[in-house]
Amino acid sequence: MTLLGLLEREPSHGYDLKRDYDTFFSRGKPLPFGQVYSTLGRLARDGKIVIGEVEPGVGPERKRYVITERGATEVESWLTEPVEAEPNLQTVLFTKVVLALMLGRPAEEYLDIQRAAHLRRMKELTEIKRTSNLVDTMLADHGLFHLEADLHWIDTTVARLDALRAVVRG
Amino acid sequence: MKAIEARDVVLSFGETPALRGASVSVAPGEIVAIMGPSGSGKSTLLHCLAGILVPNAGEIHFDGRRIDTLSENQRSVLRRDHFGFVFQFGQLVPELTAEENVALPLLLGGIKRAAALAEARPWFERLGLAGLERRRSGELSGGQAQRVALARGLVARPGALFADEPTGALDSLTGEQVMDLLVSSARAQGTTVVLVTHEARVAAYADRQVIVRDGRVNALVHS
Ligand SMILES: Nc1ncnc2c1ncn2[C@@H]1O[C@H](COP(=O)(O)OP(=O)(O)OP(=O)(O)O)[C@@H](O)[C@H]1O
Ligand SMILES: [Mg+2]
Repeated sequence: MTLLGLLEREPSHGYDLKRDYDTFFSRGKPLPFGQVYSTLGRLARDGKIVIGEVEPGVGPERKRYVITERGATEVESWLTEPVEAEPNLQTVLFTKVVLALMLGRPAEEYLDIQRAAHLRRMKELTEIKRTSNLVDTMLADHGLFHLEADLHWIDTTVARLDALRAVVRG
Repeated sequence: MKAIEARDVVLSFGETPALRGASVSVAPGEIVAIMGPSGSGKSTLLHCLAGILVPNAGEIHFDGRRIDTLSENQRSVLRRDHFGFVFQFGQLVPELTAEENVALPLLLGGIKRAAALAEARPWFERLGLAGLERRRSGELSGGQAQRVALARGLVARPGALFADEPTGALDSLTGEQVMDLLVSSARAQGTTVVLVTHEARVAAYADRQVIVRDGRVNALVHS
């Protein structure tokens, strides 16, 4: 999804995709070229991207990849849909926020939707606590504390969106 | 059907705008949590809803009656007869015993001392405070004092309970006990609750959460 999202900006070479991915999303673990091309191959097979133009010469670096309507729709719905409110979402939330900012989408709105999904789940877990035995209460508490941590992260991120936008859009 | 409503409420403290068109409504018996960053206007909104502060513009309604146009005196009677309050700390009268503190709203409402204390006493059992009736506030832990304050907020069976960071001074387990008691007691007597908190785990006890940002209320977008 991340590569597809990067392609939503503009048609790109595999090399540019890898570079941007490594800059923003890899957290010290560069994406192997092999994986970039196998992912692009899968996306092309599924009709989410097409090979736009082949420049003279040979080798994968000659190809520019272009997102299709179907691919763009998938990026759009992935950004808009809140993630299932489960603990430890930092990676996927982070990716969403950065991609949304890169694409000029309303990241704050997405985070608001996510906050609502988190609070709704927290409400359910709290209800479980109010009506269950100690074991279920303890499990619910574990979920609640992690969701609360995610919410802190969401709030802090909202407060920093302008600064973050400046960073990711260069 | 609305128990409490704010319509486009604007309020400034001198040059500082605290509310810039805040609207919110609460159904009868509903428990609503007001969340939001520090300084966003949560407490100011609560004080407007509770008839403590009067907005510069906009309207406040309680039980179908406009209250922001009432006189200072009328609002004070309204608060005494229909509202209960719980705040973060420093609210028990130190000279009074715990049971006198709980009975205070009844005493202020003109009920005789013996009857008021008799009404106050069952709350100690209900909130896990049995045996502490004669203590003064200095002799109670923070969690105990907060439960006494909760009993005092609810003893007169108010139509609405207003709570500003009621668990703010408590550790998380004690805070959750207070919230659990607040919610179950309010539900049992059908009291509408407006609760200010910046803690999501506390807000999760409410039926609904709204967020105040820059003096305005954002209803949560539930997808
Ligand atoms: N009595 C007052 N005099 C002057 N300014 C005030 C007063 N009370 C609040 N303010 C200002 O109004 C704004 C909103 O304050 P308010 O207390 O409602 O915020 P809050 O959301 O409750 O914050 P916190 O979470 O920190 O309690 C702030 O800018 C604050 O400085
Ligand atoms: Mg406040």
